[in-house]
Amino acid sequence: MEQVIAGRAYVLGDNIDTDQIIPAEHLVYSLSDPEEKKNYGKFALSGVPKDDAGLPEGNKLFVEEEKFESEYTIIIGGKNFGCGSSREHAPACLKIAGIQAIIATSYARIFYRNSVDGGFFIPFESSGKLVNNIRTGNNLTINVETGTLINNSSNQTFKLQPLGEVADIVKAGNIFEYARKSGMI
Amino acid sequence: MGLTITEKILAAHASKDKVTPGETIWVDVDVLMTHDVCGPGTISIFKEQFGENAKVFDREKVVIIPDHYIFTSDKHANRNIDILREFVSEQNLPYYYDVGTENYKGVCHLALAQEGHNRPGEVLFGTDSHTCTSGAFGMFSTGIGNTDAAFILGTGKLWVKVPESMQFEFTGKFPDYIMAKDIILQVIGDIGVDGATYRTMEWTGDAIMNFSMEERMTLCNMAIEGGGKNAVIEADEVTLKYVKERTNKPYNVYRSDHDANYYFKKTYDASTMEPIVAKPHSPDNKALVRECSDVKIDRSYIGSCTGGKYTDFLAAANILNGKKVAVNTFIVPATTEVYKDLESKMLDGKTLLNIFKEAGCEIGDASCAACLGGPKDTFGRTHGTEVVVSTTNRNFPGRMGSKQSEVYLASPYTAAASALTGRITDPREMLN
Repeated sequence: MEQVIAGRAYVLGDNIDTDQIIPAEHLVYSLSDPEEKKNYGKFALSGVPKDDAGLPEGNKLFVEEEKFESEYTIIIGGKNFGCGSSREHAPACLKIAGIQAIIATSYARIFYRNSVDGGFFIPFESSGKLVNNIRTGNNLTINVETGTLINNSSNQTFKLQPLGEVADIVKAGNIFEYARKSGMI
Repeated sequence: MGLTITEKILAAHASKDKVTPGETIWVDVDVLMTHDVCGPGTISIFKEQFGENAKVFDREKVVIIPDHYIFTSDKHANRNIDILREFVSEQNLPYYYDVGTENYKGVCHLALAQEGHNRPGEVLFGTDSHTCTSGAFGMFSTGIGNTDAAFILGTGKLWVKVPESMQFEFTGKFPDYIMAKDIILQVIGDIGVDGATYRTMEWTGDAIMNFSMEERMTLCNMAIEGGGKNAVIEADEVTLKYVKERTNKPYNVYRSDHDANYYFKKTYDASTMEPIVAKPHSPDNKALVRECSDVKIDRSYIGSCTGGKYTDFLAAANILNGKKVAVNTFIVPATTEVYKDLESKMLDGKTLLNIFKEAGCEIGDASCAACLGGPKDTFGRTHGTEVVVSTTNRNFPGRMGSKQSEVYLASPYTAAASALTGRITDPREMLN
């Protein structure tokens, strides 16, 4: 597990649902074929209405036209991030697009579980609302061990919530590695 | 301190006397369900983690129901069905409901019920967020992703954080024009789309217990739209009759103790309920139907796991009988069994199917269809700025296909009444 995650922020609002993260018409691509699965990167967050895409200004593409990866590394979200479907294509597409961490006020539970058990990235919870303190494009650094977030663009530091019951699975990498370590499989 | 139904089921499946909300436990799984959208990904993770020649934990406990992208020319979608077929044949799985055969069923949540896979007291996981529907049978059921499903395929187990329970009680009698859909939209509007996050929504009260199994499924189906981990309704004679007609497998009935601990309790007077819609673009954007009578619609859609069951179509037929629709109206039975009901069940000497055809509706084949948009050639999918009144469960931006379309979630009564007028219409204007 990376101890330091650094990169540019892409900021979203409350209740970003899985249809916005990856519209259902795209759920047909293989998640195991290396070439085909690039399509998930291409269409990641393509369902977000323009005004809500990359706050506060909006109208910022997460992935540029004809590209398969995003120039952003960390997503900042509001409450209930990832609500809706159980589609694991949602955390998968963000990972395929290059996302290494999400920091949201709160998560819908299936998205949260999928992120942790699948080992896509750490779904951090913020201690307060970050959406008003971070702008899309800001340079961020997350220290995983200390649970802190630094906005290098504004020199502000934020405390992240402890991982709680999923910490051991996060540390192991995913649910399979956790189960192997603990002798279950 | 007593336990809730959910706590009792989880304790029994973790070989514990009791469990406490917040505690993380490993449970033994009775049924794992997957479908064409998430099955291929689940299978590939299962093979990657347990080996190319690995066998599933128990072939009697795996149910595969293709239902999402069935009647499409999309090559990827059709390839995904082939992956399911290959896996079923390789693993010799008895419960597979293949497309293009007599065995095809349609939408997984209703097919699980109709084929006897929902049994009181059991633990069922499915790779679909609306798996909470099965809670209508007094069981624990919830949606999971591909990784968790692959883990179950290999081990028969999964970790669960025991949820706190919220109790919603409805006393008295619902007015005739009220359906379960109105009730769930009312409650989600009251608690918000994250109001039940990681909690159980337990339904109780004489008004709830007067609901048919179909209506109970509607109520439990949308627990996820409130963020719920699961929904549950205690099994009673209605449940047991339905289950016994469909399976001989044994089951256990659990009841919540009178001194069980609830995070939240609310009692509603059933007689005061009114028809509700959820306005675009969120299931908690609640309004009374009569407050939206100036909203013009382009389309009415009656279908899905939430609103495409026999009782939903009977309600719609009651309103559409002998009349003509004013807008495009799509009828999509959830399963092939429901389709057969439309062909055989009568109202005023006519089959429901004939009532819909005479009213000018378009009838689709059993599947998820446009509930979640899907491939471009999906029946009933939106492609522009359509305003839709729909009996489905989600109205997020772009959910039914086009990001520019607007979806009002409503009961089958409301969807049918609105189809006749071309505007959102309170069913009381049409009934009697």
